[in-house]
Amino acid sequence: MSGNETGPAMLETKGKPRPPARFITTQFNAVLGWARKYSLFQYPFITACCGMEYMSTACAHFDLDRFGAGWTRFSPRQADMLLVVGTVTQKLAPVLRTVYEQMTDPKWVVAFGTCTVSGGIYDNYAVVQGIDLIIPVDIYIPGCPPRPETVLDGLLKLQEKIQHQEQDWRWKKRRP
Amino acid sequence: MEETKTLDLLKEKFPGEVKDVFTSFGDGVVIIDKGALLSIVKYLKDKPHEYNMLLDLSCVDYLGEDPRFEMVYHLFSLPRNKRLRIKARLAEDDLRIPSLAGLWKNANWLEREVFDMFGVHFEGHPDLRRIFMYDCFEGYPLRKDYPLRKRQPCIKFRE
Amino acid sequence: MPTRIEKEARPETMLLNMGPSHPAMHGTIRIMLELDGERILNSEVEIGYLHRGFEKTCENRTYFNLLIYTDRLNYVSPLINNLGYAMAIEKMLGVEVPERAQYIRVIMSELSRISDHLTCLAAMAMESGAFTVFLYKMKAREFLWDVIEQTTGARMTTSYVRVGGVRADLHPEFETALKKAVVETRKVLKDVHGLLDKNKIFINRTRDIAVISPEDAISFGWTGPCLRSTGVYYDVRKAQPYLSYNRLDFEVPLGERGDNYDRYMVRMKEMEQSLRIIEQAAGRIRKTPAGILAQAVDPAVAIKSSRRQKIKGGIKLSPNLEGAERVKYRDILSADKGYVVPPKEDVYTTIEGLINHFKFFMKGAGIRPPKGEVYFSVEGGNGELGYYIVSDGTDRPYRLHLRAPCFHIVAALEQLIKGRYVADVIPTFGSMNMIGGELDR
Repeated sequence: MSGNETGPAMLETKGKPRPPARFITTQFNAVLGWARKYSLFQYPFITACCGMEYMSTACAHFDLDRFGAGWTRFSPRQADMLLVVGTVTQKLAPVLRTVYEQMTDPKWVVAFGTCTVSGGIYDNYAVVQGIDLIIPVDIYIPGCPPRPETVLDGLLKLQEKIQHQEQDWRWKKRRP
Repeated sequence: MEETKTLDLLKEKFPGEVKDVFTSFGDGVVIIDKGALLSIVKYLKDKPHEYNMLLDLSCVDYLGEDPRFEMVYHLFSLPRNKRLRIKARLAEDDLRIPSLAGLWKNANWLEREVFDMFGVHFEGHPDLRRIFMYDCFEGYPLRKDYPLRKRQPCIKFRE
Repeated sequence: MPTRIEKEARPETMLLNMGPSHPAMHGTIRIMLELDGERILNSEVEIGYLHRGFEKTCENRTYFNLLIYTDRLNYVSPLINNLGYAMAIEKMLGVEVPERAQYIRVIMSELSRISDHLTCLAAMAMESGAFTVFLYKMKAREFLWDVIEQTTGARMTTSYVRVGGVRADLHPEFETALKKAVVETRKVLKDVHGLLDKNKIFINRTRDIAVISPEDAISFGWTGPCLRSTGVYYDVRKAQPYLSYNRLDFEVPLGERGDNYDRYMVRMKEMEQSLRIIEQAAGRIRKTPAGILAQAVDPAVAIKSSRRQKIKGGIKLSPNLEGAERVKYRDILSADKGYVVPPKEDVYTTIEGLINHFKFFMKGAGIRPPKGEVYFSVEGGNGELGYYIVSDGTDRPYRLHLRAPCFHIVAALEQLIKGRYVADVIPTFGSMNMIGGELDR
């Protein structure tokens, strides 16, 4: 997944003349992106210490809700953002994979905390060295644990990514 | 310290099984023969010693020494507010020791942990199986000859 | 491979899996229930989903490096874990900690303990449906974390307590921030008492649910608020006083019945006692002097001129080292050079300081306790948090074993929920305060 995939450059088919309805699909893309980024339903897959910072981010002092991502849906089928919070161990890896596969498209994955980004301070037999070995990740938020401001920054970057990406709807899938 | 009284009484009552008695940094330690574990612990649990709580049990791997493993039990007496440490050595080819699951209920999970991490078999344990590691894991992680970074993933990794 | 309950279950009952990832946000634990309608006939608890290999890592890192791993054990009260670890090593080394450092450690421990109880009860209330309580308590926790962050530099995983004392002195504005935090916490506690104490719904969900007798609790090895809720008086701070707890005046609240409501009440009352301890301790230490010394010199200039003469005044250190200046060292860290990092002014300007600094961090040197083993326990948020360290004389522990209090508490979960309804699992599990980092290590 490369970032900043703007519509026309990506959809340019080699040599063939561009279809006339390009303007409409681009605008539709943008509107869909706008709608999706401001209504993220998150599934917090909480395991460890980062969970405490997630709770802080979601609560009154640093509010996640003002960015539209306030609704926590505790079922993967109803969520579109998988927020993997905390260390993922080898024992938990199949569970994470199952949860990811249960989520319906469109979905985004945010790796919250260094343990999910790269295994963190735990380089041993029990910890997966980064969840991108298991599922594809969109945004990596470093920190042990990341401050709530960092999380909000990551969320804003995700929103930017959603706005500018090629939206998947009906026959156009972003991840086949 | 009153602890020394308990230690001396123990030495008198079980002359053959109690190998050594000393204090280490202020804690009382008893080294015993593994076969006598149940009888000594039952004796300590009753009055007048009343060590009624099993605080902890764990294992240490002294690679290179024989006997290689050492089981460590921490007992605590709530009414008298006294602690005691009991240690018993296990040889590598005979990793069996009686289980304390009949005396204390938390021994169940504690012994499962030691079995998972070291491979020590507890005789009389109702349900001895892995507790921290997953079923397809082979080996005993906390042994000194298990490398720190040897990973055994359950699922196929992407990249 | 089928689990025990899958093998034992009868064909007419239903198996429900409360999987490792679930909204009862205590971390990852799997509870499998065998149900007859809504009644639980049998259950099995599977842990180990957060087993991060802490004990194995301990054999491969120096004593100083391991401090950061101890933060992540009971991650809601990290300073207490740090404290237990540092005091276990101090017991082996036979170190005397200065008095100011003792009081600072006590204040930080109690702040951690309050945030532990706040988080536990907030999660328990939220899962029972009282979302307001969760938001109020998180607000109070933020104020406490602001106080901790001012002095230690981090909100949660602080790595603040060192062998021999603490890392840095209190911030000059500590008093004002602490006062504000205490006032806000008291307000929140008062509100929560009003919301939950006599609330019929909460009482119906927690009173006489998951009762445990004192004998069973002792047999399971329970300690801490859960044991005190059954009526057994055991608190490590009173039984084996460490730091300056024997000079402070506080009570230990006890429950009567050992049910969920008592566990909730004991924690609420303990928070009030912790606030009392903090106020007493803060009143006994003198105010931190503000600012750097007037003759503070730029480090580069100081290093250059130190070749010719000794630097008498202070040096402008980086903001990261605020509180760790040489003038404050006497109060916060023990004077013995063997296991304490020398102050940065000495490291930059004198050769002895540089050598001591180098020797401390070099592999093979640093904190090297004598050969032997030690067990030391502190009163953690959940109970007796014990460290058993076997040392072979080198700079790495030979074996470090943690006596995790919630390991024993969760071991009793299967017995507590047997015969109850599915809906009772959540407040029961919430009142136990299971912290994954401590349970699975």
